[in-house]
Amino acid sequence: MSTDAPRSVTQLPAIDYIEVEESPEFQKLKTRHRSFVFPLAIAFLVWYFAYVLLADYAHEFMSTPVWGNINVGLLFGLGQFVTTFAITTWYVWYANRRLDPIAEEIRDDLGARSNGNGAL
Amino acid sequence: MGTITTAVQTASLQSAAEATNVGSPVLNIAIFGAFVAITLIIVLRASRNNKTAADYYAAGRSFTGGQNGTAIAGDYLSAASFLGICGAIAINGYDGFLYSIGFLVAWLVALLLVAELMRNTGKFTMADVLSFRLKQRPVRLAAATTTLAVCFFYLLAQMAGAGGLVSLLLGINDKVGQSLIIAVVGALMIIYVLVGGMKGTTWVQIIKASLLIAGAAVMTVWVLALHGFNLSDLLGAAAAKGGQAVLDPGLQYGLTDLSRLDFVSLALALVLGTAGLPHVLMRFYTVPTAKEARRSVVWAIWLIGLFYLFTLVLGYGAGALIGADAIKAAPGGVNSAAPLLAFELGGPVLLGIISAVAFATILAVVAGLTITAAASFSHDVYASVIKKGKPAPGMEVKVARITVVIIGILAIIGGIGVQGQNIAFLVALAFAVAASANLPTILYSLFWRKFNTRGALWSMYGGLGSAMILIAFSPVVSGSETAMIPGADFAWFPLNNPGIISIPLGFILGWLGTITSRVKEDPAIASEMEVRSLTGHGAEGATPH
Repeated sequence: MSTDAPRSVTQLPAIDYIEVEESPEFQKLKTRHRSFVFPLAIAFLVWYFAYVLLADYAHEFMSTPVWGNINVGLLFGLGQFVTTFAITTWYVWYANRRLDPIAEEIRDDLGARSNGNGAL
Repeated sequence: MGTITTAVQTASLQSAAEATNVGSPVLNIAIFGAFVAITLIIVLRASRNNKTAADYYAAGRSFTGGQNGTAIAGDYLSAASFLGICGAIAINGYDGFLYSIGFLVAWLVALLLVAELMRNTGKFTMADVLSFRLKQRPVRLAAATTTLAVCFFYLLAQMAGAGGLVSLLLGINDKVGQSLIIAVVGALMIIYVLVGGMKGTTWVQIIKASLLIAGAAVMTVWVLALHGFNLSDLLGAAAAKGGQAVLDPGLQYGLTDLSRLDFVSLALALVLGTAGLPHVLMRFYTVPTAKEARRSVVWAIWLIGLFYLFTLVLGYGAGALIGADAIKAAPGGVNSAAPLLAFELGGPVLLGIISAVAFATILAVVAGLTITAAASFSHDVYASVIKKGKPAPGMEVKVARITVVIIGILAIIGGIGVQGQNIAFLVALAFAVAASANLPTILYSLFWRKFNTRGALWSMYGGLGSAMILIAFSPVVSGSETAMIPGADFAWFPLNNPGIISIPLGFILGWLGTITSRVKEDPAIASEMEVRSLTGHGAEGATPH
């Protein structure tokens, strides 16, 4: 590693990142982040592939009329739009309230430790 | 009644066909010329501060989330998705709609797993993030290779598309004329990127996306108004003209077991490819913070989602008002659905506007791809690998500008070379490579601590190699009537899209390479990357001007 080209990211002086990473504050941030995004990512992928497989292999079911010319397939398709918009809004709400405050706290603390470099 | 409507429609259809061929090219060119003139002025004004690498590659990180989100939509809504999806819905009905859903849902991967963490750890390119805690040179070289491959496939598809679009919109049908137009598109793009850098390119994207979405919105409201603002009536009209089957899935992908499997493969590539497209990833560096990167994606999701809802109405509207047979018979075939609908609704003026927007779309997407490829070559290959991270002052941007000219010329030559070829698969291939070669390494480096250099190299080269080999031996290259080389038959891979094999392979190789390697990466740097990626500590902010 040391003989390779220096990393292009800004080098910061003397912070023990292992210690920061193991700190309860950071662990809390990491847990909150992963316990939100991982299940949600799996959920929307499952829902998307369920939809794709239904549209691909269950033509009769998807062609069932619901109201006028609108059938199950169209409602499921529009449902993908609705869930995408809903997940987007939910994630932003969660990140603003549950992730950003802790991230900011840790960042400010690290910035103070590295002579204000982190507060760019 | 029936005969009268048919007669009226035939008459308007003939005039539409004439207009696309003869009547309005002057108007189309005039409107497109106005777009070029206005954007050039903006690019020139925006370029005054292009001095450092951060200015040139990342627009000084000074765009807001809303601006960048609009530009992302501009990058993403290529002519293929506007003309292609409208046409696919007009002719294949529901299956065209199905296609657009994958393009939208894919953005959740970018939002939840990639955008903010990438913004926090990188500087200019995807390789910045991937090489953060791994061996610099080999990983950067691999990441630059996959970046250039994706950009090249995408670029070629867009340039070839420009030739086809020209024949449709400007009435230029001879080979020399089309080649000339491709050269003009290439030259304009070189000027935009050379002068404007990322800032200029971003403004072109913003203007283009606004025009495209506004134009589609006007047409959508128009089509809905003609059907009493009742979606069911519109669908009924489309079904009356094109048959009940257009409302049901299966018209395009449901033909055989193989075509169904092919759609699963495509769906996989679409949903996992977006978050690995280098020109999309690079956009996250044009904003000052991770929070703005998040806002960018939110804006992009709403704009892109809204646009695909418009295309649903426009596609069925074209099916109902013009009819699948008439669209297929028009010059430009499937792609002519949206322009023909514009003519049907608003006459030559609306057709001119929509045509100019479609043309501007190609120009803008090509510019975005070119700056990404140039940044990757000069930042990753030249500055980091050749000059070992110590390029002479100012040289990196200089190399990037030279690369822009070279890529521009290659794109022109390539675009002229593949004219008339069946190139639709190139976009699908770009998504498949992005999903198989880029996404596994991105996710592993962000979320899996043990991931190491061998895993990254196996995953990137394995994903890229398998996707390209499978495409080379698939029916799109040989062994079918619509193949690139129709005379030969060396196809042994039955699917058009390699994703279903190459994407899992990319993930498996990344895991296998990691567990078989004895080299341990530095745990301190792994911790540093994790802390930075989640908190934004040490991330570069906006450059003050």
